[in-house]
Amino acid sequence: MYTQGLLEAIPKAVSALEDSERMARFQARIDAEEKIEPKDWMPDAYRQTLIRQISQHAHSEIVGMLPEGNWISRAPSLLRKSILIAKVQDEGGHGAYLYSAAETLGIARSELIDQLLSGRAKYSSIFNYPTPSWADIAAIGWLVDGAAIMNQIPLCRCSYGPYARAMVRVCKEESFHQRQGYHAMLSLARGTPAQQRMAQDALNRWWWPALMMFGPPDTASQHTAVSVRWKIKRFTNDELRQKFVDFTVPQAQFLGLTLPDAQLQQAADGHYQIGPLDWSEFNAVLKGNGPCNAERIAERRAAHADGAWVRAAAIAHAAKRAARAVA
Amino acid sequence: MSAVTAPVADRALMTYVLRLADTALVLAQRLSAWIGHSPAIEEDLGCANIALDLLGQARLLYAYAGELEGAGRTEDDFAYLREECDFLNATMAELPNGDFGQTIVRQCLLDLWRLELFERLTQSTDVRLAQIAAKAVKEIRYHVRYSSGWLVRLGDGTDESHQRVAKALTTLWPYVTEWFAEDAMEQALTERGVAPSVAAVQVGFETRLAPILRDATLTRPVDVDYRWFGKRSQHSEHLGHLLADLQSLHRAHPGAQW
Ligand SMILES: [Fe+2]
Ligand SMILES: [Fe+2]
Repeated sequence: MYTQGLLEAIPKAVSALEDSERMARFQARIDAEEKIEPKDWMPDAYRQTLIRQISQHAHSEIVGMLPEGNWISRAPSLLRKSILIAKVQDEGGHGAYLYSAAETLGIARSELIDQLLSGRAKYSSIFNYPTPSWADIAAIGWLVDGAAIMNQIPLCRCSYGPYARAMVRVCKEESFHQRQGYHAMLSLARGTPAQQRMAQDALNRWWWPALMMFGPPDTASQHTAVSVRWKIKRFTNDELRQKFVDFTVPQAQFLGLTLPDAQLQQAADGHYQIGPLDWSEFNAVLKGNGPCNAERIAERRAAHADGAWVRAAAIAHAAKRAARAVA
Repeated sequence: MSAVTAPVADRALMTYVLRLADTALVLAQRLSAWIGHSPAIEEDLGCANIALDLLGQARLLYAYAGELEGAGRTEDDFAYLREECDFLNATMAELPNGDFGQTIVRQCLLDLWRLELFERLTQSTDVRLAQIAAKAVKEIRYHVRYSSGWLVRLGDGTDESHQRVAKALTTLWPYVTEWFAEDAMEQALTERGVAPSVAAVQVGFETRLAPILRDATLTRPVDVDYRWFGKRSQHSEHLGHLLADLQSLHRAHPGAQW
């Protein structure tokens, strides 16, 4: 997840200039489920694909702190406040960890952050939706972290070692977030009529965007093949989306909430079939026209600009110390 | 749920515990506003860490205050259902964040004071308070490392950063005075061995602060007349806004479980 912008960004094909013998050895290692490590040879397209995917994932973690951070000051109990701060802190940690993983591919974090702030890099569109109510915090944990896990568990077996290892740790924390989100949703669903209304409203707004986190349908996605061959991706968008639906529908039923899909039904094989997704909305948000795209980037830019003097001071102080140590 | 009215066996101790709890909560509330907005990811994480510790300390202290009162009030009753005139936090904790430099100055001063205070509270004759302090001290040591590290970096960084923290130090210094203006209640608790001597805490605070200010190339401001006594509910104008934000959702749904 968090990488749907990848579709337009993947380099067209493996360069013809790449040495075909090295290429064959590389593919053989991947086929043998060996991990590729930073110092190993890798095709440039593999490197660029991973840089984009990992950095988009990192950006998503960082931007994702904003919609949830919106409720830290107003969390309705001290326990919920602690849980929320810890969760947002985890997401920041994921971001830092993933930027480090991207750096092993030969790009500096500062360059990646520049790409985000200048609008050249993408992050998951899900974070361009607003969080007007407390129930949105519960819904994000339950659905957004839930969808993230579906996407990220296969990434724990990604062929690139540093990314795979990062994902193992990230997935543990995401599944904790998912359980906490579901529990918060359960409290609302079992709560007062006002709380129940809040919960249903949040579900209505987050259900479809959460399903779109898995990316366009397989029929519209040309890049899955090469990513699957390189074991960066192991399941198609539709396969993962279906897993998520099958996992989540019974949870919504247990909550006593209604999924906003009149066509939702269980097929004879047990799988749930959903109604059509509105890809025009997905594409609009992806292109920057979602409800909060401008705000999110503006907030990140403001934090970066406001912090410039602090970062400059840290660098200046480190230089002074180094100079004193030499003297 | 507003004012403390029920007869409490140890009203002074309960009040003292609430002072400690309110300072921790209010400071956590301020600090957590940086998460996602700080100068770098590492600072988002650092501020979140300290805010979480403070919140944890506040919760332990509120739980204890509730037991001392014996009226069934929970941590959330204390945090969400009291008015600003009931809050007993040190005034400095409620002051707005300002820029990152002002936040760091406020944090460093409060951390140093709280470290001195809580280290001594581990020796309190009140066993519960001593236990809570023992846990908190480990956390506050880390807080001091974080905030004093940044204060030195900013003070001895660029001209701009030096000027910013020097100005913040001057602005915030008057709010230190409240901590060391001992009142009759504190004196009585000190005589019982429950609370440390305010004078001893002050000496320890000054001793710790001096080398940090030296490394930060900052000068200790001169003491001025003090006007704020948050610990006796004489607050700045800022606390009301902080509480309005903190309490809004909880108060909008009376009796709801979350
Ligand atoms: Fe995350
Ligand atoms: Fe998460």
